[in-house]
Amino acid sequence: MIRPHRTHTLWFAYILHRLSGLSLALFLPAHFYIMSLALTQPERLDGFLKWTDLMIVKVAEYGLVFLLAVHIFGGLRLMALEWLPWSNGQKTLAAAAVGGAFLISTMFFMRAI
Amino acid sequence: MMDIRLYMLQRISALIMAPLTLGHIAVMIYAIQGGLSADEILGRTQGSVFWFLFYGSFVAAVSIHAAIGLRVIVSEWLGLRGMVLTVFGWAVFLVLLAMGAQAVLAVTQT
Amino acid sequence: MKATPDTLTVSVWRGAESGGSFESFEVPNFESQTILDIVAWIQQNSDPTLTYRYACRVGMCGSCAMMVNGVPRWTCRTHVQKVVQDNRVEIAPLRNLPVIKDLATDMDPFFDKWIAAEGLHHPTKSRHDPIEQINPESAARVEAASGIECINCSVCYAACDTVANNPDYLGPAALQRAWTVYNDSKDAGRQQVLDAVSGVGGCHNCHSQGSCAVHCPNDLNPMKAIAGLKRATATSFFRKGSRT
Repeated sequence: MIRPHRTHTLWFAYILHRLSGLSLALFLPAHFYIMSLALTQPERLDGFLKWTDLMIVKVAEYGLVFLLAVHIFGGLRLMALEWLPWSNGQKTLAAAAVGGAFLISTMFFMRAI
Repeated sequence: MMDIRLYMLQRISALIMAPLTLGHIAVMIYAIQGGLSADEILGRTQGSVFWFLFYGSFVAAVSIHAAIGLRVIVSEWLGLRGMVLTVFGWAVFLVLLAMGAQAVLAVTQT
Repeated sequence: MKATPDTLTVSVWRGAESGGSFESFEVPNFESQTILDIVAWIQQNSDPTLTYRYACRVGMCGSCAMMVNGVPRWTCRTHVQKVVQDNRVEIAPLRNLPVIKDLATDMDPFFDKWIAAEGLHHPTKSRHDPIEQINPESAARVEAASGIECINCSVCYAACDTVANNPDYLGPAALQRAWTVYNDSKDAGRQQVLDAVSGVGGCHNCHSQGSCAVHCPNDLNPMKAIAGLKRATATSFFRKGSRT
């Protein structure tokens, strides 16, 4: 359960940024490994890429694109918060980051299926 | 744990990645239609100086950014401190950099 | 309308740093009373050994903050009616600070960090100089004034997860005071402040969770002050870099 002092918008924005960053960092080695097969074992790369035709993998990719998009939009909000003059609309901006990420990842998913 | 030096590295690597990430997402949305294949990817990237620089700087920046991020997380959530923490940060950086460099070379070399 | 019960069930944390547990008390359910009132009632009527801290009772001194139903609050100005859930209230000592006994925490780490952040006055003049005129509308003064009403109650410090996860972190209150001092044109320690907040426990650890601003009883915004310090230290970092 989420402890009561945390139940507010910007804390949720924080945990989303942290968990998306953590997931992306853990995904990176796998991503790098598969791409590096292109040189040594192109047939194995194609084997992996065939997997991406599966619906379950497409949904997983949808999730990954969402995590990437929400991490960059949330990160841009934090950069603006820290380095640009202060803006009071932080909750709105955090919500907009999630909305934008959802929009972009859904666009990806629509083209994938 | 997070002094100004690490903070600046974290933020500057983030700013370098901002346009690269948006470009990466755009390429993904463009390329995903009709499925992925090694030929399609290599046809775009092999022998291209542009994609070598694009993905090369992306890999360098993300290795720094992810290493510092993971370092903060293991320190805050798992209580790692001191020398162990320093070694952990460097290890993540070097592993990501090596694997990423291999991937970039693999898709851009002719 | 539901009938108001005659009593409230109040869970109070009892013990010391070494350990303890919650103890339940039945307290009269008066229509208008504060959390501090019920703590005082318990101490005066149920158990005289209950330890807690307070002084002014009007929200000025910052001594009576406690965790109320898991949220840090100034208890002297928190109405029971506002926080009661199913006729129950849980009261515990402030989070992120060592407990002396029962509801009284040791505030030393909190104030030590205040000093470590250079949140103190560095004089530019002596008593023999004329008093300096300050324009209250200047940008720096407006910024300084926005954090000046801090009563050192440690509510933000208790609300902050970064403090909980990183014992070195100076915390929202100390950093907000550092930002206030930094913007004070009568202060001679601007660079000292920037150096103090740039170390391992400095402002750069903040993740902008904003719990400090949400829970501050005086509606201050330490997260905004810390963002100001990040901006100032980053600017100073680039300047230093271009000089070498």
